[in-house]
Amino acid sequence: MNEISKVVREYIIREYVPEGDDREITETTPLISSGLVDSFSMVSLLRFLEKKYAIHIPDADATPEAFDTIERIVTLVRRFQKAEVGSV
Amino acid sequence: MHTPASHDELTATFDWKVAERELGYQPGRPINIGWMCSDRICQLGMGSKLALGWEDYLGNQKKFTYDDIRILSNTIARFLSGLGLRVGQRVCLFLDRVPELYIGFLGILKTGAVAQPLFSAFGEESLRVRLADAGTSAIITQKKHLYKVRKIRERLPNLEHIIVIDADTASLQEREIAFAMEQAPLAEQFSVYPTMAESPSVLHYTSGTTGQPKGAQHVHYSIISQYLTAKWVLDLRPEDIYWCNADPGWVTGTSYGIIGPWANGITQVVLDCGFNAKRWYEFIAAHRVTVWYSAPTAIRLLMKEGAEIAREHDLSNLRHLASVGEPLNPEAVLWSQEVFGKPFHDTFWQTETGCIVITNLPGMPIKPGSMGKPFPGITATVLDPKTYVPVNRAGVAGLIALRPGWPSQVRAYWNNETGFRAKFKNGWYLCGDRASIDPDGYFWFMGRDDDVINTGGHLIGPFEIESALLGCPGVAESAAVAKPDPVNMEVVKAFVTLKRGFQASDELELQIMNNIRMRLSPLAMPQEIEFVDTLPKTRSGKIVRRILRCKEFNEPVGDLSTIMED
Repeated sequence: MNEISKVVREYIIREYVPEGDDREITETTPLISSGLVDSFSMVSLLRFLEKKYAIHIPDADATPEAFDTIERIVTLVRRFQKAEVGSV
Repeated sequence: MHTPASHDELTATFDWKVAERELGYQPGRPINIGWMCSDRICQLGMGSKLALGWEDYLGNQKKFTYDDIRILSNTIARFLSGLGLRVGQRVCLFLDRVPELYIGFLGILKTGAVAQPLFSAFGEESLRVRLADAGTSAIITQKKHLYKVRKIRERLPNLEHIIVIDADTASLQEREIAFAMEQAPLAEQFSVYPTMAESPSVLHYTSGTTGQPKGAQHVHYSIISQYLTAKWVLDLRPEDIYWCNADPGWVTGTSYGIIGPWANGITQVVLDCGFNAKRWYEFIAAHRVTVWYSAPTAIRLLMKEGAEIAREHDLSNLRHLASVGEPLNPEAVLWSQEVFGKPFHDTFWQTETGCIVITNLPGMPIKPGSMGKPFPGITATVLDPKTYVPVNRAGVAGLIALRPGWPSQVRAYWNNETGFRAKFKNGWYLCGDRASIDPDGYFWFMGRDDDVINTGGHLIGPFEIESALLGCPGVAESAAVAKPDPVNMEVVKAFVTLKRGFQASDELELQIMNNIRMRLSPLAMPQEIEFVDTLPKTRSGKIVRRILRCKEFNEPVGDLSTIMED
């Protein structure tokens, strides 16, 4: 598991997994479709990612599909990290 | 099915007795929604017909015939009666969209108790406020939500029973009881309590501008309107496979996710899954859904994912589409016409109306962006906001108002007679929304008439959010208002002043957002927090949300002289 995956996973477990819920969260665990994170809660996750990685993810790219697993979130973060670097 | 002419004809000759006759109800005799939606359908010879096809996000499936839901709701009813629950006591359903939620709803009603469904994403504070207000005696929940109940149970003296549908007895504490619906001894027979037309049935909580959420009290006679509107507006026919996206924690999920379809003996399918366009389309295709009742927010999310993904699935069985929760924008109507080959039909109603009241009946020409016309049997108008007299001029905005008396009209707000009376002016029930009526009689939604925030079709009261914000570290004062949003129509925005020693930061904003999300619900979480030095106030110190809201919507604030003197 890479560094971004670890950070995102820790954040999701801390903020979204209910107390006493011992389900395993892997890089491919469905987040949105499982109902663990809903489309409203996604906004605080988005805000966390933008702040943590100093990136801006446009609304058009912040779709439930793109946030459905840690794996996809990592892909999204990397894409915009590159975009930020490219824009300097 | 219905032509414009037939809408006018239906309106001219309409009588709710048509539904009474079709349901076999005789005035003055008992009427029980639980029995009507299960035993009655079996007596009509449809016991072996599929009532519920359920699926979760992992693809697990369960199927229940009408005879299954009759027996299982009997089983739940017998279990609840065995606990000593009495007629009229409130039993909360705090469950994800699992079969026990749908069947348990009927079971509660069969005992004569009142069903109080609550959205399972509510945090402990939202849950506590609603259970405390209702004096709820029992809650049916699942292991994953038990921690919220445990946090608040000591502050709920009326809560005698905490029923957990998926836990081992060994893991439970005092007052907690394990009940596995499908493992329990089946009750082939149960003596359904003979509730009458005006007996309380369902208590749904809804939000207003002031104070905590209000419990809208409905009665068993409401089935008359829910049955007929489901049949006529959603165009339900015996061979249909029906899917309603709504969660029964909200009124759409009970009126049209349980009562409407099952009173009509329809097969409905349920997907216990968060938003996922591919999964939703797969579900429609796999179950050959014919009638789909959705919401503008969901439709706009589907639009965001693109038309291509829809075209990858066989959605050809879809015959009729309808939408509820907030105004359906013209783009969404045109998009669905292009992608599904048919438009979504907008429907307007609310917790207090219990059933669809303004709508586009099947076959009526749709004016994209319009709410449609009053359902036959509903007298609707727009009132002058100062005189409460009907405007009676095409295109002029006013308050949407309904003439009281339809079967599913809210009968009371729980413990709140003053709030209830305030909803009626000059012989009209006020919906709290503004609209205009065009020369053809179509209603056009313009917005809320109060500070309530309509986010994703759910009404959120600013007071509840502001109270919770004051419990967040550093928050001195707060105001919660609506902010326009392209997907959810409106989202919550909070304006916050900080206590001495606290600095505004992204980190603090995120901390506050997560705090509200967990204590209240994701819907109530401000999507943006603006830290300000002061909030606009009247001379008596009351915060004027209107100024902040108008700023967000880029609207003129108008004359504030009387408000500021308040």
